[in-house]
Amino acid sequence: MAEYATAVHEASRKAMTAWYDRLAAAAKSGAPSAYTMISGNCVEILRAFDIEPVFPEVNALQLAIRKQSLPLILKAEEMGYSSDNCAYVKADAGFTFAGGVGKDGKIPTPSFILCNFVGCNVYIKWFEHSAEFLGVPLTMIDVPFVRSDRPTDGDVRYVVSQLNKLIAECERVTGKKFDIDRLREVCRLSAKAEDGWQKCKDLCKATPSPMDAYFDAINLMGPINVLRGTQDAVDFFDVAVKEYEGLVAGKKGPLPQEKFRIVVEGPPPYPFYRQFRDLFAAWGAVAVQSTYSTVGGIWEFGFRHDPKRPLESIAEQMLMENLCNRSLLDRYKQIRRYVDEWKADALVIHSVKSCRLFSAGQGDMRDYFANELGVPTLLVESDLEDPRYYAQAMMKNRIDAFFESLAHRKLIKRA
Amino acid sequence: MESTPAVEQARAVLTGGLGPALKRSDAPAFGCFPVYSPFELFRAAGLLPVGLMGAGGQIDIVHADARFQSFVCSIAKSSLELAFQKRLQGMEGAVFHSICDVARNLASVFKRNFPAMHIEYIHLPQNSAGPEVEDYLVSEYRRVMAGLEARLGRRVEDAAVSAAIREYNRPRRLMRELYAMRTKEPERINSSELFMLVRAGTMLPPDEHSRILEAAKLEFAARKTKRMDRVRVVIEGAFCEQPPVGLLETLEGAGCYLVEDDFCAGWRWFTQDVPEGPDPVRQLARAWLENGRATSTRFDPERPRHKALVRRVRETGAQAVIFMPAKFCEPALFDYVLYRREMEKENIPHLMVEFEEKMWTFERTRGEVETFVESLLFD
Ligand code: SF4
Ligand code: SF4
Repeated sequence: MAEYATAVHEASRKAMTAWYDRLAAAAKSGAPSAYTMISGNCVEILRAFDIEPVFPEVNALQLAIRKQSLPLILKAEEMGYSSDNCAYVKADAGFTFAGGVGKDGKIPTPSFILCNFVGCNVYIKWFEHSAEFLGVPLTMIDVPFVRSDRPTDGDVRYVVSQLNKLIAECERVTGKKFDIDRLREVCRLSAKAEDGWQKCKDLCKATPSPMDAYFDAINLMGPINVLRGTQDAVDFFDVAVKEYEGLVAGKKGPLPQEKFRIVVEGPPPYPFYRQFRDLFAAWGAVAVQSTYSTVGGIWEFGFRHDPKRPLESIAEQMLMENLCNRSLLDRYKQIRRYVDEWKADALVIHSVKSCRLFSAGQGDMRDYFANELGVPTLLVESDLEDPRYYAQAMMKNRIDAFFESLAHRKLIKRA
Repeated sequence: MESTPAVEQARAVLTGGLGPALKRSDAPAFGCFPVYSPFELFRAAGLLPVGLMGAGGQIDIVHADARFQSFVCSIAKSSLELAFQKRLQGMEGAVFHSICDVARNLASVFKRNFPAMHIEYIHLPQNSAGPEVEDYLVSEYRRVMAGLEARLGRRVEDAAVSAAIREYNRPRRLMRELYAMRTKEPERINSSELFMLVRAGTMLPPDEHSRILEAAKLEFAARKTKRMDRVRVVIEGAFCEQPPVGLLETLEGAGCYLVEDDFCAGWRWFTQDVPEGPDPVRQLARAWLENGRATSTRFDPERPRHKALVRRVRETGAQAVIFMPAKFCEPALFDYVLYRREMEKENIPHLMVEFEEKMWTFERTRGEVETFVESLLFD
C-alpha cells in the first residue's frame, strides 16, 4: 500500500498544511477569518471577501486522529459538558480553553462566527458557545430542513435573504464592497472542483475501485470543503482525477485484491482510524461509496454551483445538495443508489454516539436494508472523537463474523 | 394538602393515557411531538391535537430499541414504541419539529414504518425576528395547511384558524394565571398538581381543558394554606420529555417550592394571548417569533436563553435553579454549560438533576436535593 495514490495523498496533505499555515498566520496578524461548519457550507461567500474559513470540525477531527482529543474532552466535561454531548464540541471547547485559539494559538480568533445551520442542531449550540467563549459576533443562517421532495420557493427566498445579511456582515468585517463578479468567479472555480469530485467518485464504479471512498475520501473532503472556490482546489482535483484514472487503467486499488465492495454510512472513528481501516482491509473490503463524504455536498449526482445564479445555487447547496439537511429517508435513497450503481455487496453502518444527526435511527436503516431490501448490513458502534467508546476486540469480532458470513454467501451464490 | 376534584380529574386523564383521545368521535387525534406545535392549524382542520410525548414508564420497550440506540432519549423511543404496539391506532398523523437531531430522524422513522399516518415536519426558524423570518414561517404554516387539505380532502379556512386561536388562548391564559398564582403563593398549589393540570391539556380539547383549569383555580383559591420553610426554585430543562409525577413530589418533599418550570413548555408557549385579528396565520407566526418562551430548542439572538433564565429567577423571587434535563437530551445538556456559567456569574445557586420519564425510584435524588436545600437554608 506504500505506493498507492501517493500523488493524491501528497497533494491533499500539502493543501491542508498550507491552509493551516494561513490560519496560524491569521491568528498572529488578525487577518479576517470566520468560523463555519462543513455541512452544506457557503464558503464561496467568505472566499469572495478573502475571509479565511476556519472549520472547527476539521480541527476536532485532526485532534482525534492525532490522539489528542481525550484530555480536551475531559477538560470540557469539567466545565459542565455532559458525557452524552457531541464530543466534537467538547474537544473544540477544551482546545479553546487550553489556549489553542488566538494570538498564541494555531487558530485565529475569528472576526465573526458564521453558523450555517444545515441539518445539525448541535451546530447552533456549538457556535453559540464559541461566540460566548470568544466574545465574537455570530451570524446565523437558518436553513430549513428539506421536508418534501424539493425545498419550497419560500425556503429559497428565506435562505437567499439571509445570505444577503451575511454579505453585509462580510462587508462590515473586511471594509470591502461586495463584488458579484468576484462571487461568480469563485462559483466557477467551485464548479470545476465539483466536476473533479464527481469524476473521482464515478471512477469508484470500476472494479477494483481506485480508492477507498470512505477511508481515502478524507483526502478529497479537505480540499473540496476547505479550498472550494480557489484554483488550488481545481488543481488538486486535476491531480486526483489523473491518478485515479491511471489506477483504473492499471486495474489497481488500495488493496492488493478487492474481495468485497462495501458502502459505508456514518463518520469514521477518528481516534482509531488506522485500526478500524485494517479490520476491513484484512478482508479485502473496499468502500466504493460513503455517505459521510457528502456532508459538505453531494456533487456526485450532478449538482454544481452556478456562476450565473451564484446566490441561488449557494442556497440550493445549503438546502438540498448535502447529506445533512436531508431526511433519513432521503439518505436511504442515496445509499440505495450507491449500492446499485456502485455495485456494492454490503452496507456497513458505523454508528457514533456523538453524532445523533447521523446515528439516531440507524437501527431502522439496518432494518430497511437488511430485511426489506436484502442487502447484507452490519451495524457497529463507537465514536468519531471520543476514544473511550471504541473497543477493538469487539469491533474485530463483529466485522470478522460479518465478512465470514458474507464470504460464505458469495461462495454459495457462485456455486 | 388535600387534593381537589379538578386535580383528580386531571389525574384521571393522565392515567387514561392517549386511549380516550384516540377513541373520540368528534375529531380524529393528531399527535404533536414536543416542544411547540402550531396546534391551531391542526385544530382548524377538524383534528384534535394531542401530545405525542412518550409513554412515561407505562410500557416496555420491545421494538423501538432496535431502531434507536441506547444513547437516545426515552421520549423518542417510547413514542415510537406506542406506534409499534398499535397504541396510536386512530391517530390521523403526527408532527415533529426542528428541535433536535433525534426528533428530526424520528419523523422519518415514523414515516417509513407507519405509512398510513400523515407525518408532518415543521421547520421552526432558528433565527431572530425580521420580515424574512416571519414571511418564511407564514409560508411554512401555509404549506402545513395545504398538506392537511390534501390529506383530509377539505379546505382549512383562515376563519377556522382564527376560531382555533380563540379556543387555545383560553386554556393558555388560565395556565398563565395558575402559574402566577403558584409563583406568588407556592404553598397554595403543589407543583405535581399543576403539572397534571397542564399535562391533561395535551390529551383534551381546549374547552374541556379550560373547564378543569377554571375549576382548579377556584378550588386552589379557596384552600387554607400555610407557608413552609422551603427554598424557591426555578426548574429548567424539562421542556420535551416529561418527568414522572413522583419526581416532582420528591423535589417538594425534599424542601423545594417550584415557583417556575418549563414542563409541557410548548403547550403553554405564549407569554400573552395570540392576537385574534385578521390574517390569523400571520398572527400565529408572529406570536411564535415575538411572544414565545426562551427554550433550549430555539435559537434567538435577540433573547439569549441564559439571560432569560436569570430574569426568570429574579422575577419569581427564586433562590436557586434546578436543571432538569432528560437523560441524553442534547439541547438541554448543551445549554447547561452556558446556564451554569451565567448562574455562577450571577451568584445563583444551582443543582443538576437528570431524569428519565421511566424513572421510578427517587431516593438518590431526594438525598441530593435535601443536601442542596439544607446548604441554602442554613447558609
Ligand atoms: S452532531 Fe454530528 S454533525 Fe453535528 S457537530 Fe457533532 S459530529 Fe458534527
Ligand atoms: S428529549 Fe431532548 S433529545 Fe430527546 S427528542 Fe426531546 S429535545 Fe430531542
